[in-house]
Amino acid sequence: MSTLQVSLYRYNPETDSAPYMEEFQIDTQGRDIMVLDVLHMVKEQDSGLAFRRSCREGVCGSDGMNMNGKNGLACITPLSEVVKKGKLTLRPLPGLPVIRDLVVDMGLFYKQYERIQPYLQNETPAPAIERLQSPEERDKLDGLYECILCACCSTSCPSFWWNPDKFVGPAGLLQAYRFLADSRDEATRERLSELEDPFSVFRCRGIMNCVAVCPKGLNPTRAIGKIREMLLANAT
Amino acid sequence: MVTNITNLGRSGLSDWLVQRASAIVLALYTLFIVGYLLFSPGLDYATWSGLFAQTWMRIFSLLAFVSLSAHAWVGLWTVTTDYLKPTGIRIAAQSIIILAIFVFLVWGIQVLWGA
Repeated sequence: MSTLQVSLYRYNPETDSAPYMEEFQIDTQGRDIMVLDVLHMVKEQDSGLAFRRSCREGVCGSDGMNMNGKNGLACITPLSEVVKKGKLTLRPLPGLPVIRDLVVDMGLFYKQYERIQPYLQNETPAPAIERLQSPEERDKLDGLYECILCACCSTSCPSFWWNPDKFVGPAGLLQAYRFLADSRDEATRERLSELEDPFSVFRCRGIMNCVAVCPKGLNPTRAIGKIREMLLANAT
Repeated sequence: MVTNITNLGRSGLSDWLVQRASAIVLALYTLFIVGYLLFSPGLDYATWSGLFAQTWMRIFSLLAFVSLSAHAWVGLWTVTTDYLKPTGIRIAAQSIIILAIFVFLVWGIQVLWGA
């Protein structure tokens, strides 16, 4: 038959003293649907289930979660990609405090994002129309600007698990490099001086979990390597 | 910017550079020692002792020991800051590690020049 056994991480701080796993049987009728569709089917059985979702097409980054041990977006992950032996285990993103069921507190993640000042800094008076970039300068931002901040990468990174308050994490560092690489940004030196301590960038040990899980196919490890090169080039 | 006072070079950049440079020295030293052992069948004490009696070998060995010390401190400092969260326990562990590294380094120098 086409029954899928779904094992779900459940935790309601108002009624549960500890998190537990709950089993659900879902009839997929043999279709290769997305994990998010399965969650909606579970919610029909138990309307108390809490999870985040919005665009359901991999653009908003709301439904990042741990599916059979690997982080990803539930809305663009088909069952055929994750289900093993008719079983699907869903847990919240690892390393962040759980608010309820699959919903995590992203506070620390956003704090690290805020820390790298994710906006253009340019003191030169703006030209009448816009600040121009050559096609080559614009090309440098490809593979950087596409990040949707779903937190799949940072929450799969052991360095972020152990030091989420000090290590910026792959998502934040990808964005840090996005602004370091931008020809219109003038705060390169200030940005670099904020990153040269032993934690912010250098706690990365290059295990590339971030690259393995990124639903947008981005490469934070490469960006981190580029930041290290820039730090080295700027140092004496 | 995260302030640190117990790591080797005060900056993550210098620690990172020290880690990589010392790794290269240790790789060269390891290759040399393994190669020497492989290409010296029937190695006896006199030959082994003679190798270490030469000044260049002593300098190479001391360079490897200093590299090992720096490499170990940067690496173990990282491990302790990852896994030992209570400050007292972490500082205590780091003190023991730095003392051990210091003792081994001085002992190594004594072995090199004491023969």
